[in-house]
Amino acid sequence: MPTPRTLGSSVAGCRWALPVLAASAFLAALLHQQWALFNGYTEFVLITAGINIILCASLNLVNGYMGEFSVGHAGFMAVGAYAAGLLAVKILPGATPVWAFPLVVAFGGVIAAAIGFLLALLSFKTRGDYLAIITLAFLMIVKSALENIPFTGGPRGLLGIERLTTLPQTVAWVIVTLWVIRNLVYSKFGRGITAIREDELAAGAMGVRTREAKILAFVVSSFFGGVAGSLFAHQLQFINPATFDIIRSTDILVMVYIGGVASLTGSLLGAVLVTVLAQLLQPLGTWRAVVMPLTLVFLMLFRPRGLLGLREFAWLLPGRELLQRIKEKSP
Amino acid sequence: MVGAFACLLLVSLVPLPFIVALLAVMVITAVLGALIERVAYRPLRQAPRVSAIITALGCGLVIQNTTLSLSPYARPMPRLFESRTFEFAGVTLNSLQLFIIGVSGVLMLGLDFVIRKTDWGIALRATASDRATVPLMGVPVNRVISLTFAVGGALAGAAGVLYSQAYPVVGAAMGALIGWKAFVAAVIGGIGSIRGAVLGGYILGVVEVTTVVVLPSTWRDLIAYSLLLVILIFKPNGLLGSAAQQKV
Repeated sequence: MPTPRTLGSSVAGCRWALPVLAASAFLAALLHQQWALFNGYTEFVLITAGINIILCASLNLVNGYMGEFSVGHAGFMAVGAYAAGLLAVKILPGATPVWAFPLVVAFGGVIAAAIGFLLALLSFKTRGDYLAIITLAFLMIVKSALENIPFTGGPRGLLGIERLTTLPQTVAWVIVTLWVIRNLVYSKFGRGITAIREDELAAGAMGVRTREAKILAFVVSSFFGGVAGSLFAHQLQFINPATFDIIRSTDILVMVYIGGVASLTGSLLGAVLVTVLAQLLQPLGTWRAVVMPLTLVFLMLFRPRGLLGLREFAWLLPGRELLQRIKEKSP
Repeated sequence: MVGAFACLLLVSLVPLPFIVALLAVMVITAVLGALIERVAYRPLRQAPRVSAIITALGCGLVIQNTTLSLSPYARPMPRLFESRTFEFAGVTLNSLQLFIIGVSGVLMLGLDFVIRKTDWGIALRATASDRATVPLMGVPVNRVISLTFAVGGALAGAAGVLYSQAYPVVGAAMGALIGWKAFVAAVIGGIGSIRGAVLGGYILGVVEVTTVVVLPSTWRDLIAYSLLLVILIFKPNGLLGSAAQQKV
């Protein structure tokens, strides 16, 4: 694969662009919370877009940066959603206070990460098609287990979750996700993860601890999958096992590959694009489900790595990485 | 799914005998398979492998959802096969079941023979193991791959027709889960081994049916997929698959 490229590197503005963007997004969300700037529908779409960004960026870590093909992300989402939902509904007494909600969400993430760790341990020997099938099996096992355990409500699902996912909370989690994944990807471990994508054997020979790097990528990815699930559960107030099927995994995959592999700005773009398109194409009815995959097929034919595949806008890069790339360009 | 629908369409337009309908459907799905290969796979020959998987998923979704939009409700399938029930050594069988087992046995033996012995089969296996070198040996790679997709399409079409005779309701979503199960069976047996795929298919089928006998039927997927995980932990390349050589 070619080396990653930088887009829009007009250097001066880059250092402060990211903090300003993040802060203004969060501020807008807070203002909305105070004075209801958007109507309920827009708020719903914005929160959904935020959750999708978290899902898409975290799956991109495994599918894009590490170059594997995981189809089980909806499974981690389910684990997170159920862990957080059960904690809030059945374990904690009374209503969850607003300050405790981030802890509930993080709890969902931690449980999902623990499961992700186990799955990574089981599957580290396999690659390619076989890993894809293991993640598929994982998804089916999670769905089937949730349907058969009475404590989780069985196939009827979990009712009575409070509506705690607000716009500021979602925006904050989106920022945390992108920040953590960006810093991970441009760290020593992240270089190792990218090296595994290019050639696992060579990466190992160069001293990358491939097993640790793979497990780390999996755990971080599943943590944020769980976080997205927790937010999702507290947005819809109702979850059932059928929500987290292979179709949902396919949706996340579509976002990743439309936005672009190994690109966080790509994930941002892909998730927002798919969420908004899905809303705009509502009048088409079931034909919407024809148009979306058709778009994906054409995209793959003409841009096999997605819109922003292997590229990153300069404002998202860490400062040191950016300086390095500028130096390489003008020796 | 396309096979079953094509069969339904054919027999509702012209009354055909079962065997003729089966062959006609196989031709239709073979052409469709080759067409998809030409449009969606050939341009991606040089692209990363994941892109091809994505287009495969995408094509599947397009076909399935187009059918869903055109025919939102499941339709009954007319019986094309005189079925007689008889008892043999305490087991009740009907001739349809025997016929399905027979046809699939013939097709699998045929496929195994073709892939092992014929020129095309040898060229196919060579292409799978080294795509860069094979054209240098004078093998028309594009034609070999087109033919592979046609054969794959024909077999899937035959499976669709047989399935729709055994469970005579056809709907747009009927193929999705079966497609994933086919993938699972192939992985259990080992990718790249026809005999492994047959073995994997039987193991998966027997486990699913046995689970339903012993436990509540909702446990079926749980047990089947857990078994898959266990097999892959101990045999990462499937039961009959050979370990992929890592080239340095």
